Amino acid sequence: MSSAAAARMRLWGMIRKESLQILRDPSSIAIAFVLPVILLLLFGFGVSLDARNIRLALVVEQADSNTASLTGAFAGSEFFAPVSYGSIQEAEQALVGHAVDGVVWLRNDFSARLLGGGVAPIGVFVNGVDANQARITQGYIQAVWQLWLETYAQAHGRELPAPVTLEPRIWFNAALRSRNFLVPGLMAVIMTLTGAMLTSMVVAREWERGTMEALLVTPVRIWEITVGKLLPYFVLGMGGMLLTVAMALWVFEVPLRGSFWVLTATSALFMLVALGMGLLISTIARNQFVAGQIALVATFLPAFILSGFIFEISSMPAPIQFITHVVPARYFVAILQTLFAAGDIWPVILANSAALLVMMLFFLGLARRKTRKRLD
Amino acid sequence: MKLSLQRIVALAIKELLAVIKDKRSRIVLVVPPLLQLVVFGYAATFDLNDIPVAVYNEDRGAPSRELVSRIIGSPHFHLTARVDHDAQIAPLIDNKTVLAIVHIGSRFSADLHAGRGTWVQVIIDGRNSNTALLLQGYLREIVGDFNLAWSERNGLPPPVSKLQVRPWFNSNLVSRWFVVPGIVGLLALVVTTIVTALSVAREREAGTFDQLLVTPLRPIEILIGKSFPGVLIGLVQGSFILLMAVYWFDVPLRGSLGALYAGMLLFLLSAVGIGLMISSLAVTQQQGMLGAFLFLVPAVILSGFATPIANMPEAVQVLTYINPLRYFLIILRGVFLEGDSYAILLRYYWPMAVIAVATLSVAGWLFRHRLS
Repeated sequence: MSSAAAARMRLWGMIRKESLQILRDPSSIAIAFVLPVILLLLFGFGVSLDARNIRLALVVEQADSNTASLTGAFAGSEFFAPVSYGSIQEAEQALVGHAVDGVVWLRNDFSARLLGGGVAPIGVFVNGVDANQARITQGYIQAVWQLWLETYAQAHGRELPAPVTLEPRIWFNAALRSRNFLVPGLMAVIMTLTGAMLTSMVVAREWERGTMEALLVTPVRIWEITVGKLLPYFVLGMGGMLLTVAMALWVFEVPLRGSFWVLTATSALFMLVALGMGLLISTIARNQFVAGQIALVATFLPAFILSGFIFEISSMPAPIQFITHVVPARYFVAILQTLFAAGDIWPVILANSAALLVMMLFFLGLARRKTRKRLD
Repeated sequence: MKLSLQRIVALAIKELLAVIKDKRSRIVLVVPPLLQLVVFGYAATFDLNDIPVAVYNEDRGAPSRELVSRIIGSPHFHLTARVDHDAQIAPLIDNKTVLAIVHIGSRFSADLHAGRGTWVQVIIDGRNSNTALLLQGYLREIVGDFNLAWSERNGLPPPVSKLQVRPWFNSNLVSRWFVVPGIVGLLALVVTTIVTALSVAREREAGTFDQLLVTPLRPIEILIGKSFPGVLIGLVQGSFILLMAVYWFDVPLRGSLGALYAGMLLFLLSAVGIGLMISSLAVTQQQGMLGAFLFLVPAVILSGFATPIANMPEAVQVLTYINPLRYFLIILRGVFLEGDSYAILLRYYWPMAVIAVATLSVAGWLFRHRLS
């Protein structure tokens, strides 16, 4: 038998052993298929930045046709669920007691000032604890008010004194549907999690049971063990990935503007990075407890917070931006958000794929090195 | 039979030692939370700073220059490129070189001087819709200020009405004030769940749990002893992060520490209860770890830590009622920023108490009844 044939046989044997292990232990199949589906369903629906039905207290001290048109504008907006309060004290009490998120206050001289040619002020308080939502709420209040102002000016034959108007053109996601960028981002977070968990726990188990040593004394080479372990989990992970893509397209109706093959190729690359990371973790940790712990700390939270999936990386302080470069999910999030929203934009895809390739070589190379060291 | 304090103390010490006697476990308890606090405290912000923008100014008049300098002078924006013909626009946005391009037409100054209304176009990368929305808000504010200044200088009539917007509790809308108190809850949850989720499973795997059950210790004593390390470690870590939040991140602490610690204690008890329940169900440590994982990930994402619960669909919102982190986050932010009193916080205390009692009782019951 030639040595090439023997190598092929050994590799095939490893793959067969690992595949059988997967088939006999349903937990890895659950991690690969059930976990992503449940997480994506839960988070895809649960994580949203689109404020709807903001609870708004309306205080009208003297009701007339002018105030009615303004309160009507708030009631008609899809963003607000207005509640009327009799006095500003009651409304402030409601704001403090978390019963409403904002207050719009029309004082009793509102119409008098409006008709008298002066400036009629409108008091607006918002709960600023969640600064992001407060800004969004302010923006929506501003938009409703602006629209009302235009209608009012038109009805009263007044020129609108706005010298410059801002005309925003939003590319790629004109409706500003947050799900369109959150779902691809979630796919990256979930895939980091499943990819790293698949390999981190199972290889650590082999070390813990001592079967890794048994494997190492056979003629099987280190790289054959690595490939043999990776390949079946890669197939499993890619299956889970395809499932999440299908859900993004058909359950969450996120439009995919890029091509499917680029999505598949970059996903495969990322899956290898995530599996490599898990392999490295389990090789270093050597016990399941520490491996699981590291997998959680090193994969889920960074992918959630440092990947640009929800928090804008360019707004972070420089040292933190530097740290994000070692978070693989960062590159995959950039690729996914671009592929889904904008299309095959090669400079973005190639630059981020190159970074993923470097990370893959780094993780797999290091995992392989660490494995060899154990033999000394 | 009365509860024996002596037995409980002995068990509690043993449980604590089981967690902290191993050097690697000690490191895992201290280093990652510290790193996470610093990194996430700075990273997890929705405020936009130094957003890369490009300017495409076809107008050569003074007003357009003033508007441009107002935009690039703002701390939110950073001028990365200047554009001088249409073909440059698409690649800049597509390749994410800039997130927005401000386009001022050639008739801008002429229109303004003639008293005609004019416009400024802004092209925004909508891939991250939240950033796009905020960016648009910042620009609207700058244009509004420009309009007021211009009207005043040129004797134009002021607008008939004016919005006087005042955010309460966080007047500059610093999102770090929102995120950092949340990290107290986030990290306390992670550490307590992991510490307790393995405590019973470890002993079951080693076979020592059955021995524990045949000692004079009653299940309730075992429960108290097993809860102790999780609560203690959570309290120590939570207090440390609190100190960091106040003295390092300068988040104002306006309410009473008593109200905060009442919430923290109930929260830790409910987290310990969930951890012990997972642990008593698990046969191996791996299952315990997996269970902790499966609880933690949704508990963090569906807690209101980053995205508001109010935006979730009704069915998912109902699910968050069994998440103790949901209540503790409201308490943390309420005490820190709003200075909430016990009376307001009461309706966030009792659900955690219910979760704690329910999960701890189930865990205690499972001690004896899950003998496989």
